[in-house]
Amino acid sequence: MYRILLLSGLLIGIVQFAGAQIEGFDDSAVDERYRDLIHTIRCMKCQNQSIAESPVDQASDLRRQVRELMLDGRSDGEIRTYLADRYGDFINYRPPLKPTTWLLWGAPALLLIGGGVVFVRILRDRLQQPLDEDIG
Amino acid sequence: MSRYAIPVIILLVLGGFFLRGLGLNPTYIESPLIGKPAPEFSLPDLIDPSANVSTSDLVGQFTLLNVWGTWCPECRNEHDFLLSLARSGMPIYGLNWKDERDKALEWLEVLGDPYVASAADVIGDVAIDFGVYGAPETFLIGPDLTVLQKHISPLTPEVWETRFVPLIEEHSGKR
Repeated sequence: MYRILLLSGLLIGIVQFAGAQIEGFDDSAVDERYRDLIHTIRCMKCQNQSIAESPVDQASDLRRQVRELMLDGRSDGEIRTYLADRYGDFINYRPPLKPTTWLLWGAPALLLIGGGVVFVRILRDRLQQPLDEDIG
Repeated sequence: MSRYAIPVIILLVLGGFFLRGLGLNPTYIESPLIGKPAPEFSLPDLIDPSANVSTSDLVGQFTLLNVWGTWCPECRNEHDFLLSLARSGMPIYGLNWKDERDKALEWLEVLGDPYVASAADVIGDVAIDFGVYGAPETFLIGPDLTVLQKHISPLTPEVWETRFVPLIEEHSGKR
């Protein structure tokens, strides 16, 4: 047991070391805002990681840029727009609601409604069946 | 028969999406800069750091802005084509992205220099303004400094003929 703990501790250490080196803020509220932001901005180079997680050089450039924009007093929305103006909406893990993203945002509701309709239909069919079977 | 119609339709629609997705390259992301003015920059010239390379140098002609670095193996692959394009009279400006000056100078000396001038973006700020994320990237910039095209990955004769030449023809007709 002790060995497993030690081993997993070591592994966690390695994983953390392999991740990005993040320079945060001293003020914990600002730091939290910063971390929220960089965790929802995509690393364009690696695509399936946020710039907070990626050790790639280009991600650290973008972290630095986000940090500087925050020091400039820009809001989260302004920073997201700044990045989307340069890289496109793909850079935001929470893309804005607009005609090209309606389907993306609406898909969960549509699928739920579609699934619900099918479910109710099947249920209705089954409710009608047992009587026949009893007779048979 | 009709009880199978709905699942079959759903399957076909989803299949259609997936089939289309298979053919898309996920690293090809359309640049929001296309049709917009090129971001302004002014950076030291790679070869002569006392001089500047800036957006105003690009005014009045169709130019290519090519993002390169000696750390980028694909840049090596497109280099010969850039040289032949430059020889044919196309003005190419370089954005030497996060590179070491000595290595970059050696690269140009050994392989040849296709660039009118290369701007040295050591910290990568200008690259961020251009939305650069994977060298090599090549921008086509119009005489009025509008970004007309962006190509990610090495420039080849095919790409040049299909994605750049028609745009130059189209936009020079308008002038």
